[in-house]
Amino acid sequence: MLNQVYRLVSAHQFEAQTIDENLSSDEIIVRPTYLSLCKADQRYFSGNRSQTVLDKKLPMALIHEAIGKVVFDPQNQFAVGDTVAMVPNTPHEKSSTIKENYLTNSHFRSSGYDGFMQEYVFLRRDRAVKVPKSFEPHMAAFTEMISVGVQALTNLKETMDNDESVLGIWGDGNLGYIIASLAKAFFPNSQLIVFGRHQYKLDYFSFADQTYLVNDIPPELKVSQALECTGGSGSQIAIDQIIDHIQPMGTIILLGVSENPIEINTRLVLERGLTLRGSSRSGHHDFQTVIDILSKDRQTYDRLCNLIGTTQKVTSIREVVSFFEKDSTSSWGKAVMRWEV
Amino acid sequence: MTVYAQILAGGKGTRMGNTAMPKQFLPLGKKPILIQTIEKFVLEERFKAILVVCPVDWLTHTQDLVHKYVTDQRVVVITGGAERNDTLMNGIKYIEENFGLQDDDAVVTHDAVRPFITKRIIDDNIKAVMKYPAVDTVVPAIDTIVRGKDDQVEEIPIRDYMYQGQTPQSFNIKHLKAAFNQLTDQQKAILSDSCKICLLAGEAVHVVRGELANIKITTPYDLKIARAIIETRVNI
Repeated sequence: MLNQVYRLVSAHQFEAQTIDENLSSDEIIVRPTYLSLCKADQRYFSGNRSQTVLDKKLPMALIHEAIGKVVFDPQNQFAVGDTVAMVPNTPHEKSSTIKENYLTNSHFRSSGYDGFMQEYVFLRRDRAVKVPKSFEPHMAAFTEMISVGVQALTNLKETMDNDESVLGIWGDGNLGYIIASLAKAFFPNSQLIVFGRHQYKLDYFSFADQTYLVNDIPPELKVSQALECTGGSGSQIAIDQIIDHIQPMGTIILLGVSENPIEINTRLVLERGLTLRGSSRSGHHDFQTVIDILSKDRQTYDRLCNLIGTTQKVTSIREVVSFFEKDSTSSWGKAVMRWEV
Repeated sequence: MTVYAQILAGGKGTRMGNTAMPKQFLPLGKKPILIQTIEKFVLEERFKAILVVCPVDWLTHTQDLVHKYVTDQRVVVITGGAERNDTLMNGIKYIEENFGLQDDDAVVTHDAVRPFITKRIIDDNIKAVMKYPAVDTVVPAIDTIVRGKDDQVEEIPIRDYMYQGQTPQSFNIKHLKAAFNQLTDQQKAILSDSCKICLLAGEAVHVVRGELANIKITTPYDLKIARAIIETRVNI
């Protein structure tokens, strides 16, 4: 079938490319319906990556957070009309040790491979996770980002010692908010403290037990385990702070992506017996966990719905460009497009 | 309301140069053009039936192609008439005889040789035909349109008001039938556009936005362009 794929060819410029697709029996065809923007997409769109990276990865369809409706399944495992969240990670091998999102030969959509800005997505069936009809679609659109939180908290649970008393989250952005919301479901008995740089953002974390501006943390304050969700150059400062405020033998989960390498005070990491574990992306299992949690836990569901930011129906490439531009000036919430291109 | 699709594959390929095979059967990518077009329509679950209307001489060939590539049972191959509008009305007759006709039933008609149709255009046509009796798909004219006769320019209309007609063209079936029946034989003979049936009968025709890429493959040059713009997938 001739499929239109809307690829970013250079900063601020998309072009439609027709692809002659062939459906294999392990694939289904999905019409994308709601697409959520991620900071990584914004960086490509605005040309905020190195020229070497842009030269290597473009042209490429953006967006790796999306839901869609199944329009065809040759095996009838999915019904036509089923809403599915699409897993952007596509592994090409199975490992009993390494999780699918850490396999180095996996393909990740909108990072070197076409994302979901397409007329139809030809999706491997094991990359589709059914979304209940009752789910608010704008929220369901960023299931992928929520699943990144699930992956991180699962990694924390696997790695940490038995001290669950205080959980510290560094970062007051969208990812920090998602992880804080999920932390209540993963660690219901823990005290939750969020550290951030903006009071107006910290005000959204009404469910946290405490929030602190990062320049105003009491010196004696200690957390049992910590998650770093800042990214960029802020990662280094956040990790320094975490090392100062975490209990010995605590675990620090690192999620923030920094474009350039950062320094870590390994002397103190050694002295305090800390564990630093990286957490990136997610897999099918994390998606399913998101659906399971949100189906049962109304509070977490409602909190995540509060993260819906700018929304708009888009019917043309011109509208997509203006939506990306609008999102670039927004400081809070997830921007979601209702995809009718 | 029931919506039908009708893919008009009645062309005999007279403008395609010296090829013996009508253009809708020529390969584009891995499949014949007609199949590429049908595949877009079978992904739309709202169509109760998808009629493929082909020339009498090519009925078996069309049926064989559909059998080879398409599993959707809604696709039915029937034969058309001598002219485009006879072909269109043959499809309408088939719908009426096989499914009956209700007041709000509609048909989305599309050229078999426009395989670059998108889901958005089909959606917009269905949405519009639920509201209006006739719908045309157009793109703003890029070239200046010149009206002329006998080697003389008679008029150069203001380009801002000029559009190029594409397909789909969608109709409330009962309105279309009534409009067609009002036409004289002479009018029927010179009609090259289905929406004009409704215009001549005084019906308003609503427009929806097409796409520049939704080209009609009519000449060898068009086919060359069509083949040049498609790509095969090299990654996931």
